[in-house]
Amino acid sequence: MRYSAFQVLKQGLTGNKGWQRAWREPDPQQHYDVVIVGGGGHGLATAHYLAKEHGITNVAVLEKGWIGSGNVGRNTTIIRSNYLLPGNEPFYELSMKLWEGLEQDVNYNAMVSQRGIVNLYHSDAQRDAYARRGNAMHMAGADATLLDESGVRQLCPFLDFDNARFPIKGGLHQPRAGTVRHDAVAWGYARSADSRGVDIIQNCEVTGMMIENGRCKGVDTTRGRITANKVAVCVAGSSGKVMALAGLRLPIESHVLQAFVSEGLKPVIPGVVTFGAGHFYISQSDKGGLVFGGDIDGYNSYAKRGNLPVVEDVCEGGMAIMPMIGRARLLRMWGGIMDMSMDGSPYIDKTAVPGLYFNGGWCYGGFKATPASGWCYAHLLATDQPHDTATAFQLERFRHGAVIDERGAGAQPNLH
Amino acid sequence: MLIDHPLLGLRDAAEFVYLGDAALLNRPDASSADALDSFHDYLHLRDNVAGEHRELWYHEQGDRSWLVITRNTLTHAITAVELARDVAMNLREGANS
Repeated sequence: MRYSAFQVLKQGLTGNKGWQRAWREPDPQQHYDVVIVGGGGHGLATAHYLAKEHGITNVAVLEKGWIGSGNVGRNTTIIRSNYLLPGNEPFYELSMKLWEGLEQDVNYNAMVSQRGIVNLYHSDAQRDAYARRGNAMHMAGADATLLDESGVRQLCPFLDFDNARFPIKGGLHQPRAGTVRHDAVAWGYARSADSRGVDIIQNCEVTGMMIENGRCKGVDTTRGRITANKVAVCVAGSSGKVMALAGLRLPIESHVLQAFVSEGLKPVIPGVVTFGAGHFYISQSDKGGLVFGGDIDGYNSYAKRGNLPVVEDVCEGGMAIMPMIGRARLLRMWGGIMDMSMDGSPYIDKTAVPGLYFNGGWCYGGFKATPASGWCYAHLLATDQPHDTATAFQLERFRHGAVIDERGAGAQPNLH
Repeated sequence: MLIDHPLLGLRDAAEFVYLGDAALLNRPDASSADALDSFHDYLHLRDNVAGEHRELWYHEQGDRSWLVITRNTLTHAITAVELARDVAMNLREGANS
């Protein structure tokens, strides 16, 4: 069934009895051309683009729980392409372009809302750094405008401009950035992939890798053995656990990141705002809740919950740029597991085991990358060559010194 | 999280800085033939276990000692705290004997 305004009208007039399940619930077959491990945003996007762009439809997506139950359902929904380094920026701009056409591509309302992002600066040095970043964005075909203080005042009059410690001097504005309804991204990709013949198999945990003569031939799961020509792991957060089944160690540590939502408020924040003198970012959901977050807790964790010192740090950041946030009550807070990589940038690559592919290491920036990650991973799986925009995301890059370190923090995952 | 410091008793984890897996105490031999490979692995690859994890913490806001803490990454429960100095000395003795 194609979703359209006409369908909404027709179903509405006939008691909404004609809606069908958005995707099937098939039993796993014994063999697939490609088995994707992980039914999150990236895995489902990979399945969609494999089927649609490369005509590879004998594909299964295996998910331990239900699809979208991991980080695609736990993030702060921000999309943007305001990176600096040449290894990153063209990739994230590809992602932004795919976001812009996503809803038509998958025929699903993902509520892509390009409401803009402002990265605030508080000093001359930060202004210069953002001018440089804006130029790098322009060179990759992205949009960026350097705002002075009056420009930011027009967009966000509620900020604390005359803060004695961190006065707001301006910001780097990317109008095409914004937010997306995160669950709908998983559902939209799932429905589209399913309609092209991809089997989405939920409640199916991978428990082992079939490795014969050094080659990956398939996976053992809680629902039996499944053989495959190619096994594509895409389980950011749990990458270490799954790849250990194949005996591989990764340049990744798993860390916990917390996020927060306030009670619903009337519209107040026009887009996404980030603090330049601490780690704090905030936007407002369509329901009115202020959605915000900050730093990771900083120690290895698979616990999906964090500790109070980071809560305090995030709230201090919020109070420093918009004191009115102190009046809002917190509705929910939660944690998610991040693949923190050694240079803060991701991996989309073959592994040392032929037939086994890896996508992960997204740190806490994976959501915005979802479409391009799927696009480039599908390209790698279909052609065995990295996509032009993802050539830098190699697992072996540290051996060659070809790191992509936006922060310049070195091989220390909790500093990225 | 509270860390039961061997010398100072229970201290708030916020006083500490986290470095990572205690395997970092085992620095590879720089003069060996495969030093390039072993330093790549030492610096960039991690076991990243879900469960009992031995890790290095630095008491920056305190007595500036390095600790080896055994902590469960699934629950954050801390089960052992040792001075990293003692752990490193034992490692060296083990290597020499």
